[in-house]
Amino acid sequence: MAKIKGAVVVDSEECKGCNLCVVACPTQTLSLNRNVNGKGYNFSYMENPDSCIGCSNCSLVCPDSCITVYRVKTA
Amino acid sequence: MAEITEALKNIIKPENIVSQKSSVLTNQTMHYCPGCSHGVIHKIIAEVINEMEIQEDTIGVAPVGCSVFAYNYIDIDWQEAAHGRAPALGTAINRLNPDKFVFTYQGDGDLAAIGTAETLHAVNRGENMVMVFVNNGIYGMTGGQMAPTTMQGQVTATTPYGRNIDLHGYPLKITEMLAQLPGACYVTRQSVETPAAVRKTKKAIRKAFENTKKKQGTSFVEVVSTCNSGWKMSPEASNNWMRDNMFPFYPIGDIKDGEKVNANDLPNVGK
Ligand SMILES: Cc1ncc(C[n+]2csc(CCOP(=O)(O)OP(=O)(O)O)c2C)c(N)n1
Ligand code: SF4
Ligand code: SF4
Ligand code: SF4
Ligand SMILES: [Mg+2]
Repeated sequence: MAKIKGAVVVDSEECKGCNLCVVACPTQTLSLNRNVNGKGYNFSYMENPDSCIGCSNCSLVCPDSCITVYRVKTA
Repeated sequence: MAEITEALKNIIKPENIVSQKSSVLTNQTMHYCPGCSHGVIHKIIAEVINEMEIQEDTIGVAPVGCSVFAYNYIDIDWQEAAHGRAPALGTAINRLNPDKFVFTYQGDGDLAAIGTAETLHAVNRGENMVMVFVNNGIYGMTGGQMAPTTMQGQVTATTPYGRNIDLHGYPLKITEMLAQLPGACYVTRQSVETPAAVRKTKKAIRKAFENTKKKQGTSFVEVVSTCNSGWKMSPEASNNWMRDNMFPFYPIGDIKDGEKVNANDLPNVGK
């Protein structure tokens, strides 16, 4: 059965840690990092990369356009 | 932090990209507070310009307000208007360059307070342009003072006990007001707090720009927004507050969808 797998790459230096992507993610993939970036923000990252389905919800709501979303169909 | 596994490496390849930063946005970091709606709305406008392939033909007019630097972020031609005067400047640009796509971008203080006259008369003339109205219910830039759009009871820097209608007047539904004017062809109210809302706002802004091509009159898109700094809430709490308190008063959806009134349908005493 074909399965959809996704992944995101967050531009962690551009991220302002607003948390809106974390709230918008339907699969609890994202979380704010305990570490901070150069601006002092707890940046978003994939805490549970296995659960990402590449739906792009996170990137749609990100005000700073720092999320790139990838998606593949696996056999 | 999870390591980049082999499986992930196979997904994270250029050919598998389904969503990325719009090429019509510049590389400048936006000065907006974390979670500010302005960033999402800029992104949507950039994506629409990219999809319509009109980057070379679009002229924006930036306001005074937090979005005063919009010209640094969307990579098109811009002019910067004096406070509230964007629709007047947009009028001039549009009349000198009738084949360009002209849009104004304004906050509620800019559009519905100091610039009310310019707003109303531009729409009443049916200027062939798009007007984007970011209603966050407050003067964000200057520290969160009451705006005409502030909700009854809302605490702001200038209404520490909440907006009192007897004292401060009624919250202004300027979008409903503008929809009554013959020059407006498309008037809608949208929001950007969820992925579904972002998609709908993008459709609305796309439609507004398409109307420009058809020279239908003024297309007016309000986006009910948050100013989490001014409201003194987290971005997430601001979205919830907006949904609970602003949407019942500023309902989301189209208010008018058609064409400007045909002059031949009005009395003409010169004929
Ligand atoms: C002529 C003039 N009057 C007043 C100001 C001060 N001022 C700057 S921004 C602003 C209000 C901005 O509010 P809004 O349009 O809602 O934009 P926001 O920052 O909320 O996006 C005011 C009153 C000014 N810059 N120029
Ligand atoms: S693409 Fe979808 S599933 Fe993956 S992190 Fe973003 S919101 Fe979550
Ligand atoms: S929405 Fe964007 S800026 Fe906000 S935390 Fe997520 S990646 Fe960072
Ligand atoms: S003050 Fe309000 S409107 Fe201005 S950038 Fe901050 S959140 Fe956005
Ligand atoms: Mg405002």
